[in-house]
Amino acid sequence: MQRQVAKPAPQPVPGPLPSLAAEAPIVPGSVEKAQNMDWLGQVTATEIPVVSITDLGIVRDVNWVDEVLEVKVTPTYSGCPATRVIEVMIVDALKARGVASVQVTPQISPAWTTDWITQDAKAALEKYGIAPPRAAGGPNSCPHCGSGNVEMVSNFGSTPCKAQWRCRSCLEPFDYFKCI
Amino acid sequence: MADQTDLFEALCRLGDTTLVLGHRVGEWCGHGPALEEDIALANVSLDLIGQTQLWLSYAAEVEGKGRTADDLAMLRDAWDFRNLLLVERPNEDFGHTMMRQFLFDHFYKLQLAQLQDSSDHKIAAISAKALKEVSYHADRSASVVVSLGDGTEESHHRMQSALDALWPYVGEMFSVDDLDERMVAQGIIPNVADLRAAYDRDISAILSRATLSIPESSFAHTGGKIGFRHSEHLGHLLAQMQWLQRAYPGAQW
Repeated sequence: MQRQVAKPAPQPVPGPLPSLAAEAPIVPGSVEKAQNMDWLGQVTATEIPVVSITDLGIVRDVNWVDEVLEVKVTPTYSGCPATRVIEVMIVDALKARGVASVQVTPQISPAWTTDWITQDAKAALEKYGIAPPRAAGGPNSCPHCGSGNVEMVSNFGSTPCKAQWRCRSCLEPFDYFKCI
Repeated sequence: MADQTDLFEALCRLGDTTLVLGHRVGEWCGHGPALEEDIALANVSLDLIGQTQLWLSYAAEVEGKGRTADDLAMLRDAWDFRNLLLVERPNEDFGHTMMRQFLFDHFYKLQLAQLQDSSDHKIAAISAKALKEVSYHADRSASVVVSLGDGTEESHHRMQSALDALWPYVGEMFSVDDLDERMVAQGIIPNVADLRAAYDRDISAILSRATLSIPESSFAHTGGKIGFRHSEHLGHLLAQMQWLQRAYPGAQW
């Protein structure tokens, strides 16, 4: 197969929030769950800007508790440094929509699993150059050139959720989002 | 409901072990023998420190004295630590570090598999989470032990020396004291002594593939998890880990 140069990273799909300037304050309890989830769906995963935190399945619930909007978040890995950053981004995103008081509550059970990543997000990962998780325990093709001639370099990679693989056809290394 | 002092102690045994090993493995960051190994070691360290956050946060909550996980990690001295002696052993060379990891991973994996059915829901939740991470650690340490054990004459010799040196620290992982028995009776933790047969079966199969021989002596150093006697290495480790909080109390990022 013709060797291809890896594509430059595409722009983040959901895009950055238009502005962090707060909209008019909203009355606590007045916004439906679906709307809140939609807003959270515009917060991207820090290290993987093409998927949102709702696509990854780490936002488990969002509910009004009196005046406070409580967001339950399940960390991907217990030591993932992105967890704290994502908490801050959640608070910022909701405050920008006029929610005055936000509480992010970690929820570790049930433990996060790659099964919760949406099909759309898996496709977005592949397009971005990260092979999506597969139950078989490894990628079936190179996200750059599509060749099935791939091999694992290391089960640990640039972030806790990824493994390092390489393609024997186009010779490019690539990340694989490992199953847990 | 468990006695809170007992529960605090049991959680420190879990959290101190992951903390000390996490720090030890983290000492490799930037010094690994190959980029992939460096990254893997740092990732394993990160997982262990993350699990420590969960274990010690829960310990602090159970204690109810207003301390945090950071307080427990950074402001206790060696005599208050309850980690296994194995994990405070120095890194030595890469093979030695990986042998220590291998001996621990396969124990911890069995322990977590039982702990995820704990009658304490928080312990069960933390364990189910940690088990997913530790399964990857165990796979990796096993494959490195096989590669180096069944590698060159030099690597084989070093791995056998590491196994000989670390073997006397294996027995403590399966030791059971009165506190353990009280916790076992309430279904909070498994009886670790019962895990020994499965452990021996697991590691023997791998060590045999690695062409390494398990020492015959069953002598075991003890005293780490009960806090009776740590080795001199723990104090040095804590001095490095805690110096910033000691020198600049309350410093934050």
